[in-house]
Amino acid sequence: MLHTIIQKNSYQDSIVLMLLTNRLNTLAGVTKASVMMGTPANKDIFKTGGLYTSELEEASSNDMAIVLQIDGKDEQLIQDVLNTIDEFLAEQSKGGNDKGTETVKTWDKALELGEDAHVAIFSIPGTHAALEIEHALNEGKHVFCFSDNVALKDEVRLKQMAHEKGLLLMGPDCGTGIINGIPVAFTNAVRKGSIGVVGASGTGIQEVTTLIHKLGGGVTNAIGTGGRDLKAEVGGITLKDSVATLENDPDTKVIVVISKPPAPSVRDEVLDLLRSSSKPVVTIFLGEEPTDHEENLYRAYTLEEAAEIAVQLMHGKEVVEKNTSLEDPCYQFAAGQTGIKGLYSGGTLAYEAAMLMKRSLGLKDEKEAEAGFILKDGVHEIIDLGDDIYTQGKPHPMIDPSKRQEMLAQAADDPTTAVILLDDVLGYGSHENMAKELAPTIKEIKEKAASAGRELVVIATIVGTDEDPQNMAEQKKILTEAGTILCNSNAQAVKLALIILGHPLTLPERKVLPKKSSGKATVIPSKEMMRLLTNDAFINIGLRSFSDAITSHNGKAIQFDWQPVAGGNVTLQKALQFLNKAELN
Amino acid sequence: MYKTIDEANQAVAAKIVAGSPFLLDVVPAKSVITELNEGKVLLHAGPPIRYDQMIDPIQGACVGAALFEGWGKTEEEVRQQLTSGEVKLIPCHHVDAVGPMGGITSANMAVLVVENKTDGNRAYCTMNEGIGAVLRFGAYSAEVVDRLHWMKNTLGPVLSAALKTMENGLNVNVLVAKAISMGDEFHQRNIAASLAFLKEVAPAIVSLEGFEKEKQEVIQFLADTDQFFLNIMMASAKAVMDGARKIQEGTIVTAMCRNGHEFGIRIAGMGDEWFTGPVNTPKGLYFSGFSEADASPDMGDSAITETFGVGGMAMIAAPAVTRFVGSGGFYDALNTSNEMTEICIDSNPNFPVPTWDFKGICLGIDARKVVETGILPVINTGIANKKAGLGQIGAGTVTPPIDCFEKAVLAYAKKLGFNE
Repeated sequence: MLHTIIQKNSYQDSIVLMLLTNRLNTLAGVTKASVMMGTPANKDIFKTGGLYTSELEEASSNDMAIVLQIDGKDEQLIQDVLNTIDEFLAEQSKGGNDKGTETVKTWDKALELGEDAHVAIFSIPGTHAALEIEHALNEGKHVFCFSDNVALKDEVRLKQMAHEKGLLLMGPDCGTGIINGIPVAFTNAVRKGSIGVVGASGTGIQEVTTLIHKLGGGVTNAIGTGGRDLKAEVGGITLKDSVATLENDPDTKVIVVISKPPAPSVRDEVLDLLRSSSKPVVTIFLGEEPTDHEENLYRAYTLEEAAEIAVQLMHGKEVVEKNTSLEDPCYQFAAGQTGIKGLYSGGTLAYEAAMLMKRSLGLKDEKEAEAGFILKDGVHEIIDLGDDIYTQGKPHPMIDPSKRQEMLAQAADDPTTAVILLDDVLGYGSHENMAKELAPTIKEIKEKAASAGRELVVIATIVGTDEDPQNMAEQKKILTEAGTILCNSNAQAVKLALIILGHPLTLPERKVLPKKSSGKATVIPSKEMMRLLTNDAFINIGLRSFSDAITSHNGKAIQFDWQPVAGGNVTLQKALQFLNKAELN
Repeated sequence: MYKTIDEANQAVAAKIVAGSPFLLDVVPAKSVITELNEGKVLLHAGPPIRYDQMIDPIQGACVGAALFEGWGKTEEEVRQQLTSGEVKLIPCHHVDAVGPMGGITSANMAVLVVENKTDGNRAYCTMNEGIGAVLRFGAYSAEVVDRLHWMKNTLGPVLSAALKTMENGLNVNVLVAKAISMGDEFHQRNIAASLAFLKEVAPAIVSLEGFEKEKQEVIQFLADTDQFFLNIMMASAKAVMDGARKIQEGTIVTAMCRNGHEFGIRIAGMGDEWFTGPVNTPKGLYFSGFSEADASPDMGDSAITETFGVGGMAMIAAPAVTRFVGSGGFYDALNTSNEMTEICIDSNPNFPVPTWDFKGICLGIDARKVVETGILPVINTGIANKKAGLGQIGAGTVTPPIDCFEKAVLAYAKKLGFNE
């Protein structure tokens, strides 16, 4: 039946009423609804629409006329409709919709709006990245390239090009950065301070910078170089330019360099550069076993140690290796329970765990682990779930917990497993509540093991700060309540696991030797490089969430919604190139 | 003459800026369009099309025009003439004209005469019939035909006489500049410009000698017809764009139009050639009782307004109708207009938009940029019922198919020597 409601002297704009009609049509029980002002023309429209009733005759041009087609005379439904109308009109009058961020789709527009942006951030498919990076460099922009799958030869060419222009190419495959205190890509909210970090590893930077924050220190800049920068082919171009820049940054008092061991051909050059620095430098070459320090050049064993030494140096204190001793909680394991399983979302953390275990357990180093494992030796396994093998067609484990939940259950079912190591990486870009996702699985597997007569120890590290968008305290609480032991750093988590299994690890004490002469003059960074240090505007090409992290730290982000030119149509791309260069007679 | 396409494009854009359309007269179409004197001829909107390809509302409009011209007494009779091919169909654009929706224009209909004084060319368009049962949406009842006669016999002559009292005709740019600051974007919303037009012509009309009964009728009609200025805007945009496309180089879009079947564009460098693709169906808000299922595909030459830089291209100028962009509000419109600047080469300083912080309207759609980015011009439009005679059922926005732009860019590249 048709039900008519006339609201006297209630003028509304026709667009509002059309939107209201759409809303009413979504209500359950309403077959068809129509709301219009009661003008003669509108009454004709009610007729053509099959919704005319005799009651409409009473409606004047200033009355709002509502006709509902409903089953029977449902008083409750009619009341719902009236409430919906009131709510809708109240909503409409509030105004002030979201401003949104201005987005652009072309370089021209991006450059126009981003005149003051000195850094271009890329998170676009790797096959297109090289060309676009070149474009950005030609426009005089530093580049932060999150995209991976860029050919090594392109990386070499583009880094040389950047260097010649006095620009910095961070990446490709650069996951983390802090520029002038502003977080870029997968990065934690870290206090601004006086420690400058250069790193070839994303989670390595995250672990060190968050530990610096936890120790009361702060960071000026954390510059990612991409994982291949210290390969012989690339020659550490970005690392060297970054160190030179931090050396000349008046706010940076201490420099930390994080990397896997550099290629032999690059190693001396890099060390010479670091020796020539006027500022104390801490290096952590993961996988190397440092035996000594040099004056003003400190060699850390773990990421935690790198952070500790840096903070000591920042305070002008003498460097003391803490070597915190941990107590053995004395768990009773069933026979055969001797293995450590590490299920990491952060690649460098997995690598650090493997390195420490190899040293403590005397595992062979030379053997390449099989695909998907950082370490696989008897009962011990360390897995980087961010490896391509696990992320095919799936989001990264820092975002998607499902693969880790599955692997947790598998590891727990293995009767040799005694300890499981985990990381919970917070910060921009990461899952908003990873602890909540993992906790039920952790509880479940511990109970299941217990019912089978096995003790199962789960040790986790939260890589994050109290300023991260996730709630750090809540993450701790959730994981602790699920029966997880929380450690302050990944190094401590691994050490605790080793103690529990009766293999305590002590790091070697290192003497401070006199500085070897470098003979190198300090490199003077370009003007552009120095401008990077005060840059607060970015052109973000790709993932929108990166823009949000920047703007939440009072930076400016121009969001460039990148698409391949002409939708990827090669003929049209060529035609456009032809036209852009064409000479007319 | 021009070294690069960019230079040619800038020259075309400079001509758009320099264009100065004046409304001179209202006359029977056949007096200015010679082709209408050569047997049974109808003009239609969009690129060339056959009668059998036309959608129902446009066929309906053909019937209405044929009845108006007195080619037959009954619908059956004139339908026979139309289906048999006895009636010649010509795109408005081919004879310096533009037409709203179906764009059906016949010899005796009154048309506005607009001259672009910069380039000396003229353009023509029928007058707005108001709302309800109207020919442009495919209605052809007696009421519709009678109104066409009244427009020919009363409205046309009165406006003609009034315009002739003005020495150089009516300067359209001045009205556009005024109305854009009063919230018109000249496609969806013309109320300010229509009132400003009435303000200009009313004193002239009342001072006319004779036309005693007609004066009141004409002023009443103009007062009632919120969209009257749309057709003046269309003829003006056509006159300016035709002046600009005298430069036959470059990739600036010089016309966009649709015939319910195909969308067609022209670019400066390809002269009169049409590049077409299948039309889309508009998205928008519907009057009560109607939905997208009832909507007719996109039609009309009115997209000449967007080609010029107003209409959907200037969405932000008209906050009152911004919600036709979608369910959003002011900021959606702002984003739409900002996005449009990415496919245009500049902004037109003649028409600053207050709600856009006085940025000028979009100037010069570059077909290359459309292809490169995939951003399509946004066109504001009325939505017709897909059945003839049932009139307008809503309003919203529509975009051209990208094919038109891809074909145009490729053809021009080939013309300049590009081998695939």
